[in-house]
Amino acid sequence: MSDLSFYVHIPYCVRRCGYCDFNTYTPSELLDNGTLETVSGDYIDAVLLELALAKKSVQGEVPTIFFGGGTPSLLPAADLGRVITAIRHGWQVSENCEITLEANPDSVDEVKLAQLREAGFNRISFGMQSAVPHVLKVLDRTHQPENIAKVVEFARIAGFESVSLDLIYGSPGESLDNWRTSVEAALSLNVDHVSAYALIVETGTKLANQIKRGELTPPVDDLMADMYLLVDELAQARGLSWYELSNWSKPGHESRHNKAYWLNANWWGVGPGAHSHLDGIRWWNVKHPDAYKLALFSGKSPEHDREVLTSSQRSDESIMLAIRMREGIALKDLTQSQQDRAVGYSLSGHLDPSRWDEGILQLTPTGRLIADRIVRELVV
Amino acid sequence: MPAIPLAKAPQPAATDPAQIRNFCIIAHIDHGKSTLADRMLGITEVVDPRNMREQYLDRMDIERERGITIKSQAVRLPWRSGIDGKEYILNMIDTPGHVDFTYEVSRSLAASEGAVLLVDCAQGIEAQTLANLYLAMENNLKIIPVLNKIDLPAAQPDKFAAELAKLIGCEPSDCLRVSGKTGDGVADLLDQIVAQIPAPKGDANAPARALIFDSVYDVYRGVVTYVRVIDGHLSARDQIQMYSTGVRHEMLEVGVISPEPVPSKGLGVGEVGYLITGVKDVRQSRVGDTVTNYNNPTKTPLAGYKDPKPMVFSGLYPLDGADYPVLREALDKLQLNDAALVYEPESSAALGFGFRCGFLGLLHMEIVRERLERESNLSLISTAPNVVYQVILDDGKSITVTNPSEFPDGKIVSVEEPIVRSTILAPSEFIGAIMELCQQRRGVLLGMDYLSEDRVEIRYTLPLAEIVFDFFDKLKSSTRGYASLDYEAIGDAEGDLVKVDILLQGEPVDAFSAIVHREKAYAYGLMMTAKLRQLIPRQQFEVPIQAAIGARIIARETISAIRKDVLAKCYGGDISRKRKLLEKQKEGKKRMKMVGRVEVPQEAFVAALATDADIDKAKAARK
Repeated sequence: MSDLSFYVHIPYCVRRCGYCDFNTYTPSELLDNGTLETVSGDYIDAVLLELALAKKSVQGEVPTIFFGGGTPSLLPAADLGRVITAIRHGWQVSENCEITLEANPDSVDEVKLAQLREAGFNRISFGMQSAVPHVLKVLDRTHQPENIAKVVEFARIAGFESVSLDLIYGSPGESLDNWRTSVEAALSLNVDHVSAYALIVETGTKLANQIKRGELTPPVDDLMADMYLLVDELAQARGLSWYELSNWSKPGHESRHNKAYWLNANWWGVGPGAHSHLDGIRWWNVKHPDAYKLALFSGKSPEHDREVLTSSQRSDESIMLAIRMREGIALKDLTQSQQDRAVGYSLSGHLDPSRWDEGILQLTPTGRLIADRIVRELVV
Repeated sequence: MPAIPLAKAPQPAATDPAQIRNFCIIAHIDHGKSTLADRMLGITEVVDPRNMREQYLDRMDIERERGITIKSQAVRLPWRSGIDGKEYILNMIDTPGHVDFTYEVSRSLAASEGAVLLVDCAQGIEAQTLANLYLAMENNLKIIPVLNKIDLPAAQPDKFAAELAKLIGCEPSDCLRVSGKTGDGVADLLDQIVAQIPAPKGDANAPARALIFDSVYDVYRGVVTYVRVIDGHLSARDQIQMYSTGVRHEMLEVGVISPEPVPSKGLGVGEVGYLITGVKDVRQSRVGDTVTNYNNPTKTPLAGYKDPKPMVFSGLYPLDGADYPVLREALDKLQLNDAALVYEPESSAALGFGFRCGFLGLLHMEIVRERLERESNLSLISTAPNVVYQVILDDGKSITVTNPSEFPDGKIVSVEEPIVRSTILAPSEFIGAIMELCQQRRGVLLGMDYLSEDRVEIRYTLPLAEIVFDFFDKLKSSTRGYASLDYEAIGDAEGDLVKVDILLQGEPVDAFSAIVHREKAYAYGLMMTAKLRQLIPRQQFEVPIQAAIGARIIARETISAIRKDVLAKCYGGDISRKRKLLEKQKEGKKRMKMVGRVEVPQEAFVAALATDADIDKAKAARK
C-alpha cells in the first residue's frame, strides 16, 4: 500500500503578524464575528467532511500528519484530537507515525501541552522566530522570549518525542549579532530540530507597507547570506546537521512530513487553501474558511482548481525540490547537458566536489544560498 | 468668390503657362504651414468643407502626430485673382521643414518659381528655415515673406517683420500678415503669389522634359512619380523614357493632385502632376531624373540632384531575435519610399542579428525607427548613433568605418571625421550657454550676428559626431527650448580619435564600443562602466566592467558576486506556486543575452544605450 501523508490547515490566529501573508484569519476578520471557540467546533466538522471525501477516493498508509496554520494550538486539544481520530478510522496509520503540531508559545501551557500529547501529537514545532525583543516587535510577535524555554521544558515533560523551533532571519533592524543571540538561545535549549527561514517581504502585508513608507529598512541579501552561514555553522557545532535547505536536526529527528514535500510524496491537504499532491496531480482548496465550510456542508468538494503535471513539469519539480535536500541529486538522473552546465558550480565552490566525484550533486552552504539560480541553470 | 469650380477651371494639358504659378512654402516645423495649406485648400474650394480635416496633406500618421511633413506633395489650386480678376492655376509644392530633409527641400525648390517664407510671428525665424531660405535664394526663387499666427496674443509682427526684411533685403512693410487659423490674409496671399511669382517658361514644341521631384510607393498603384514639366508635353497616350536608364515605360495614368488624384489627358509646360507607369520600386523612377518621350527623346537632361549621403549610422536590432526577417521586410518596404535610407545586415555578439542603417540625420533616424516599430509592429534596440570615419593605416590603406566595433586595432596613422557648419538661432540671453555647450563639443566659433535686438545667429564648426548623440537635447534644455539648430556637412577633418571598448569579464561588448575624442575617452569610460554596474544584475561570480583603449584599461567597476538567490520557504506544500515562479524565471533567463559567461538582460542594453533625454521621455510616459 502506498503512503499518504496528511496536512491539516487551521486558518485562525488571534492576530495577524505584520509579515504574514498566509491563509489565516483573525476572529474580527471573519464574517460571523464569532470567537475562536465557537468557530472551532464548526470548522472541525467541515474538516471531518473533507476527510470523508478523501476516504472515498484514496487509500494508503499514513506515515505523517502535520497541523499547520494559522495557529493550530489555539484550538482546543479535543477538537484537534477529533481530526487525528478520524484519520485513524479512515486509514491505516503507521505505528511510528509522525504527528506534528505548529504551536505559538503564547497559546500553550503545561496543561494544554499534556492534553495535546494525549490527543496524539508526538512532535511539536514552536514559532520562536527570534530571541531579541526589537526583532520580535518588528515581526509583530507578542510572546516573551523567556517563554520559549518554559514551553520547551513543558513539551519535554508532556512527552513529545521531537521538539523543534522556528526562527526567522533578516528582519528590518536585525544585526548579525542579534541573529547570533537568537540562534544560540534556540540551540541552548537542546532542541531536536531547528528551522530557519529568511524573511520574505510579501506584497500587501503590513511589513511591506512599512518598508514602502520608509518606516523600516528592507532586508539586505548579503546580510541574510551571512546569517544563513552563521546558523548553519552554529547548528552543526551543536550536532544538528542540515537535511534540507532551511532545516537542521539531530540524527533521526528530521521532519519526515517536511521531507515528504521535497521528495514529491503523496499527501492530502485538508482545510481552506490547502494543497494536495497525488501521483503528479496537484490541487488546492478554496481559500476562505466560509467558502470552504459552505462547500462541504452542502455536500460538495472544496477543491478550487487542479493541475495535472506534464512530464517536463514533473522533471523540473523534482530537480527544484530534490536539490534542497542533503541527499542531493544523483548525477545519473541528470542529462549530460545538465551535468555540463552544473560542473562550473562545482568548481566555484557551490557544489560539494567530493560528493560530485561520488556521482552526487549536493549543495555546499554557499551553494544552498543560490539554489534557485542553480535550478534555473539546470532546467532552462 | 475668387474660387473657381474645378470643372470650369483651366484643365491640365490645356493651361497657358502664363496662367500657372508654382510655389513652395518654407517654414519651420510648428510655424503653421500645414494649417495654412489646409486654409488654402478650403478657400480655393478644392476640398469640400464636409471633407476637410486637419493637416489634410499629411498622409502618414506619423506626420500628423508630430506635426511635420516628411514627403513633399504638390496640389493644384484654381484661383481667380482679386487683383486682375483673371483665372490662374496655383501649384503648391509642399516641403519638409527639417534639416535632415534638406535634400527633399531642394527638390521642391527646383520645381517652383517662388517660395512663401512662412514665419511664426510669436517665435521668429528658426535656423533650419534660414538654411532653406538661403537655398531658395540660391535657386533664384522669388521670396514672399509671410508672418503667420497674427491672431496669437504673443505675436510680435513688427519685430519679426524687421528681422525678415533684414534677411531678405526688403522693406518690413513687404511682409504679408496672415493667420492660417482664422484665414485672415490668406486670400491676399494667394493674390500676391499670382502677382509676384513669375509664370513658368518653357518650349511647348520641344521634346518633353519633366523633372522627377518625388517618387512614392503606393501599395495599390505601384510607384507614383511626381513631375514638373519644363518643356514639351506628356500625354496619357505616350510611352515615356527615363533619361538616366533609357528604360521605356508605359504610361498607365497621368494626372494632377487636387488634392485627390485626378487623371488628365496630359501635362503641359509649367504644370505639376503625377505619372503612374506600373513600376514597383522607387529606384526605377529616380528622383532628379528627367522624364522624356520615348518616340521623341530629349538630348539634354535637366540638372538633377546630388544623391543624398547618409551622415549618421546606427545599428537596429529586433528585441526578439525571431523578428529579424520581419525587420528586413520592413526596411525593404520603407526603402521603396525613402531612397535616402541605406542598410546592410550586421551581427552583434551582444544584440544578435540586425542591420547597420545610414540616415540623413537624427530626425530621419528617429522617424525611420518609429515607422518600423509602428508599421511593422516591431520592438527595436538601436545602438548609439555614430558618423562615418576614414581611418588611414600605416600601410597606407584607408578604411571606412561605419560601426565602432569595426575600428581597426592595428597601427593607425590618422582618423578623419565629418565636420559640419552649424547655425544656431536663439535669444541673446543664451549666448553664454550655447557657447559653453559648443566649446565642450569641440566647436570652433565662426561668427555671430544679431538678427534683431535680442536674437542672435551663432555659427560654429563642429564635428558631426559631437552633435549626433544628444547635442540637440542639451541645446534645447540649456536655452529653455528657444534655440534652433541647422547644420550642413562641409567635409572631413583629422581628429585625435580613439576607440573605447567596454569589457565585461574581459569580453568586449561590441554594442558599447564608441569612437570618441581622446580627451573624452576617460569620461565615456567612467560613465558607461558606472551605468552598467547599475544595470547588470549580480552573477554567481564577480564581474569586472572595464573601459579600455586598446589594451589600456581606463576605468573599472566591479559587480560583486550574488550571495543569496533562493526562496527559503514553501508555503504549506504550495509547490505549484514555486514551480510557476521557476517557469517565469526560465522565460526571463531565455531573454537574457550572454556576454561570455555573463547574463545581461536586454533592458540593460536598452537603458545603457539611451540618452538622458530618452530616459526622461520614458519617465514622462510612465507618469
